[in-house]
Amino acid sequence: MNITLQVWRQEGPDAPGRFMTYQVNDISDEMSFLEMLDVLNERLVNQGEEPVAFDHDCREGICGSCGVMINGQAHGPQLGTATCQLHMRKFQDGATIVVEPWRASGFPLVRDLVVDRSSFDRIIEAGGFISVDTGSAPDANLIPIPKFVSDTAFDAAACIGCGACVAACPNGAANLFTAAKISHLNLLPQGQSERWTRTENMVTLMEKYFGSCTNHGECEKACPKSISIDFIAMMNADYVKAKFKNRRLVSQSG
Amino acid sequence: MSLPLVSKVPDGPIGEKWENHKFSVRLVNPNNKRRFKIIIIGSGLAGASAAATLGELGYDVEVFTFHDSPRRAHSIAAQGGINAAKNYHNDGDSVYRLFYDTVKGGDYRSREGNVHRLAEVSLNIIDQATAQGVPFAREYGGMLDNRSFGGAQVSRTFYARGATGQQLLLGAYQALMRQVEAGKVKLHTRTEMLDVVLKDGRAVGVVVRDLVTGEISSHSGHAVVLATGGYSNVYYLSTNAMQCNVTAIWRAHRRGAAFANPCFTQIHPTCIPASDEFQSKLTLMSESLRNDGRIWVPKNANDNRPADQIPEADRDYFLERMYPAFGNLVPRDVASRAAKRMVDAGKGVGPLKNGVFLDFATAITREGEAAIEDRYSNLFEMYNRITDEDPYRQPMRIYPAPHYTMGGLWVDYNLMTTVPGLYAIGEANFSDHGANRLGASALMQGLADGYFVLPYTIGDYLADYLGEPYVPTDDPAFAEVESEVSERVEGFLASNGSRSVDWFHKELGKIMFDQCGMSRSEAGLQKALSDIPALYEEFKNDVRVLGNNESLNQSLERAGRVDDFFQLAQAMCVDALARKESCGGHFREEYQTDDGEALRDDENFAHVAAWFWTGDPGQPELEKEELSFENVKLTTRSYK
Repeated sequence: MNITLQVWRQEGPDAPGRFMTYQVNDISDEMSFLEMLDVLNERLVNQGEEPVAFDHDCREGICGSCGVMINGQAHGPQLGTATCQLHMRKFQDGATIVVEPWRASGFPLVRDLVVDRSSFDRIIEAGGFISVDTGSAPDANLIPIPKFVSDTAFDAAACIGCGACVAACPNGAANLFTAAKISHLNLLPQGQSERWTRTENMVTLMEKYFGSCTNHGECEKACPKSISIDFIAMMNADYVKAKFKNRRLVSQSG
Repeated sequence: MSLPLVSKVPDGPIGEKWENHKFSVRLVNPNNKRRFKIIIIGSGLAGASAAATLGELGYDVEVFTFHDSPRRAHSIAAQGGINAAKNYHNDGDSVYRLFYDTVKGGDYRSREGNVHRLAEVSLNIIDQATAQGVPFAREYGGMLDNRSFGGAQVSRTFYARGATGQQLLLGAYQALMRQVEAGKVKLHTRTEMLDVVLKDGRAVGVVVRDLVTGEISSHSGHAVVLATGGYSNVYYLSTNAMQCNVTAIWRAHRRGAAFANPCFTQIHPTCIPASDEFQSKLTLMSESLRNDGRIWVPKNANDNRPADQIPEADRDYFLERMYPAFGNLVPRDVASRAAKRMVDAGKGVGPLKNGVFLDFATAITREGEAAIEDRYSNLFEMYNRITDEDPYRQPMRIYPAPHYTMGGLWVDYNLMTTVPGLYAIGEANFSDHGANRLGASALMQGLADGYFVLPYTIGDYLADYLGEPYVPTDDPAFAEVESEVSERVEGFLASNGSRSVDWFHKELGKIMFDQCGMSRSEAGLQKALSDIPALYEEFKNDVRVLGNNESLNQSLERAGRVDDFFQLAQAMCVDALARKESCGGHFREEYQTDDGEALRDDENFAHVAAWFWTGDPGQPELEKEELSFENVKLTTRSYK
């Protein structure tokens, strides 16, 4: 098949960016989207042009490295699918495809299609963990956890941290990412000790980098793991409670 | 300069070695720990767990990863599970049985002492991960679920749907980020280690390149830990992530760290076959599929009928036929070779005739589609997404692919390489899997090393240097290495050739897969040893790397990695040539039984082959660490 690509090229964060049009002919519909970009890059190098920079690694949809806007949709048209798992058979022969980086103020551009998502690491740092030093854990079967609780925690924990939720959100909000981690840990008995501080700290940090949620629901549709926005509701409920509970702690300590 | 090959496995009964060792190693007083700086390269299961634990203990830790976040490391892609001898299912498992299975599964080419320790700490790993909130699968009563995996006759594999590696890595990553927040660990992302710095024979730091700005800088510490994974990408097509590479451990090897058993590579039997030249990597389908899938090919070569039109009488369920006792559940090396024999005999299936069928029809008839969906839906979906075929209706096509490397830097019982102060943990070392790794044991080893072994053993080395500041980065030792690194980087940019880095990588991969892959022969290895240096020369003169050093330049990153793969490939072939026996993942065509099974030579090859750098990648120097087996009796592995 033959494809026309319009790819965002930008040499660095401060350089001006522009769309470049590339004709990519004779590609197979068995290719993944990233393999199509590999072919483009190979041809660019042969012509003496610098290849398009894009993040990618596992190509199995689990590491969360890859992700671009494809025709305005984060990770492209297929539901529940990361860019690396999207295949060219989902496009028409002769189609024009617009490829852009994630665009959000929380994700500054590095080069071409590569952005800086380290703000996600900062959110995890703020409380996305259970404080248990190595060696201090009791036997794993000491605390039974109902299967549905564990399964729901897993549904939230499935997040791959790719940033599609932020890119898809008209406000550039990171509520789905943050809610997924908060819910994963807050649902489990092990996560209860730090539940309220975790919630407040992570939300506060999130708001420092990202926009506010106005319940568009685009994030859920863009998420390659189809994580439900119900988790945002759970986070909001815990946040309200945390505001009261943490205040009580303050008064006790004062 | 390098240390002699002394394994340092403690004396005493197998079950007491680790306990005694923990008591005999020197400790560092809690108040003194903060005076020691430890550099860790890599943030996968081994690196992240080590960094978190050392940070908790109070050490001053710096972590470097070339990823944009520690959470991207390739441990994340492990699907199946993690072994632990918990015996929660009362089916006769024990630490000793896990130890025994692992030594046997490794075809008797690993150290008993190390493997027993691994089995012991497997218990603590599950406790630790559960306490961190890792959502392992549970039964309705709320207890942890287990399954049997890849040939084990007990259920000892803990799992989290098809994403056990992801959940364990996120657990370790979160523990790491907690230490970053606490100020105990300093994190450098998008920063690649390009060399180790030695002074007076000891590892004192590293030279790294900032992948965004191109800045080359030095970092010093009292000890350096390499947790940089395996080197299956030497084959170009493998199940490894695109960026997995050998650079960190190869550069350490060139500085004096012995490289052990480089030819011990694992080919995983259940991957989606390559579809064409453009293929960038191969996707693994969890081994758990073999619990319910039956593997077959048409009895007659060139039978081009679709699977559903081939009657039972014309099908060859070859694993069930050849290995009636284990059937479709034989270990990975055995299953892979059998599939290769079928494809080589012209019985391959699919458009390129490069696969075998993995058929769920019997299981669906027996248990219903819903039961199968419950177990494997995510894998079936992934298969469908990639191939556009529906495994509920037609059999999957699978073929073996390079997956894991048992070889790696030689380490002693303390996980220290032959360079004092330089450690290797996780897949980057050679220690625990012998010539073949069992399913669900990679996650176990990475976390064992990081959470429970290194944090004890590193103190024994550091105790000697109490009160000594680390070597400052303005020391001439650093300047020299920095300029070597810069020169190398500039060299790639200046070569101005005509072919891309990937083109060379693909060509190298083809040679390696054909001659040093699933089966090896003297003639083939000799051919590889003449073809690889020729291609390497061409690479050095004709590679084209565009752009500059001062901005994100992914071709430049890959050029250095492929350069190192060219050198490693030669060491692998030399090692494969020297090991005149077949064992585990290493199958030499000259050494097989009449019915095509691997023929081990315990008389002459019950040793670890540790290779030292001599300056010529095709001529490394061999030293042997003899293996002794006091507990496990050496027998021929039979799965019939």
